Amino acid sequence: MNAIITVVGKDGKGIIASVSARCAEVGANIVEISQTVLKDYFAMIMLIDISELNMPFTDFVDDMRRLGESRDLDIRAMHEDIFNSMHKI
Amino acid sequence: MSIISFEDVFETINMIKEENLDIRTITMGISLYDCAGDDVDTVCERIYDKITDKARDLVKVGCDIEKQYGIPIINKRVSVTPIALLGGRYTKDDYVKIAKTLDRAAKALGINFIGGFSALVQKGFTDNSRNLIAAIPEALASTERVCSSVNVASTKAGINMDAVAIMGDIIKETAYLTRDDQSLGCAKLVVFANAPEDNPFMAGAFHGVGEAETVINVGVSGPGVVSSAIKRAGDCNFSELADVIKKTAFKITRMGQLVATEASKRLGVPFGIVDLSLAPTPAVGDSVAHILEGMGLERCGTHGTTAALAMLNDAVKKGGVMASSHVGGLSGAFIPVSEDAGMIDAVECGALSIEKLEAMTAVCSVGLDMIAVPGDTSAATVCGIIADEISIGVANTKTTAVRIIPAYGKSVGEAVEFGGLLGYAPIMRVSEYSCADFIARGGRIPAPIHSLKN
Repeated sequence: MNAIITVVGKDGKGIIASVSARCAEVGANIVEISQTVLKDYFAMIMLIDISELNMPFTDFVDDMRRLGESRDLDIRAMHEDIFNSMHKI
Repeated sequence: MSIISFEDVFETINMIKEENLDIRTITMGISLYDCAGDDVDTVCERIYDKITDKARDLVKVGCDIEKQYGIPIINKRVSVTPIALLGGRYTKDDYVKIAKTLDRAAKALGINFIGGFSALVQKGFTDNSRNLIAAIPEALASTERVCSSVNVASTKAGINMDAVAIMGDIIKETAYLTRDDQSLGCAKLVVFANAPEDNPFMAGAFHGVGEAETVINVGVSGPGVVSSAIKRAGDCNFSELADVIKKTAFKITRMGQLVATEASKRLGVPFGIVDLSLAPTPAVGDSVAHILEGMGLERCGTHGTTAALAMLNDAVKKGGVMASSHVGGLSGAFIPVSEDAGMIDAVECGALSIEKLEAMTAVCSVGLDMIAVPGDTSAATVCGIIADEISIGVANTKTTAVRIIPAYGKSVGEAVEFGGLLGYAPIMRVSEYSCADFIARGGRIPAPIHSLKN
């Protein structure tokens, strides 16, 4: 079971490190990362495997949101099915 | 990204974050037939127990799904069997008691509306339906969350003009009894032609006669997403524009289908339908009127508006239908005046009148919805407005409805402000000429012929 984490905001040091550290702590395995920086703007998508997550996914969602707020970033964790259903026939 | 592209992910995020994409409602339909009985107190107890048992996890499941997929689910609601169809003999006071029970159940569940304080009288009245209709003003004045609807016509039965005549008085009385809340009761009362039995949207939702014990129906939204897509499409012709709308509607509906399937699975309740409606809110960027204006109209309500709306409505259906396994409810663009910032502006600047709205309802979902008229509008004139709108539905084999607020003590130039999703409604002008003698005839307008189409 996969989820997607998106991070958007002003670029800064250690963004990927903080997100991936938190993922490791809760048992989320990073499958793929794609990121881009346009001017000072940072955007990242991370595909994670949540089948061995050691907490409920809904709590992880809150966790990521809070991590984002603490660094002035918009961080969202969403189950991948929403993207699959919307963009694949 | 190998599985899902960067662009697709951010398109979805942008729809949610910037364009107000949401699931408007997850509505659980619950049959109350087995709550019938001889003693109204026993019936109320059964109703309360059944609703609070069947829907006990509705809000929690809604919130969990919202979090899992990152998509806002604005409302979790319940619709029940039309209360006038409950077996037993009930007086007007009994029906008020049942309405209060529904309200109590809604509060216990933490849902904002419960629909189904309803009667189906398209061909005639039972004693029970007569008593229920008589109870509507008091029921709506003494409850917070109960919604009521009355189906007064169908294409097969024609129009029950006696029911139309009664509804004029009922609406006026409801406006009076809720005068301290700007006649708010009328915002929870819908008069229908061809009422759908699986509609998840309030105030007209009820759990139809042929429905299962319980069912999950989902209403999607997304005017802001369509509006932005049209803006991005820029200067293109109508064929291309229709394609843009279809693609957008497809994506929105797929999300609705996903949420409906998931809710159905988690609650152990069969999936009914996805309602493909473009439901506006008063929020900036969530307006159906602005979509029409984005197509090239200076103001919603000007010449060309009906054509623009017809195209929008058709494209939304075409795009949405393939995205869902079962489509139903009202499915189409909603044009509630008070709940749409662009409609409100159009009324205030004089571009949009009741007459134009009526024409628009011939080609889109629902009808004259959330329109406020002067408090001194006569009951007969309210009936005339209902009769006109209902005729459009009957003649065109479609659902139409009237949700009208004769705002007590208010006149043209003033407004009613309900706040929240119900919004703000400028008082609209009605014809000063009487239709009282027409309404007073009573009886039924026969069902229309469906050959010799012209």
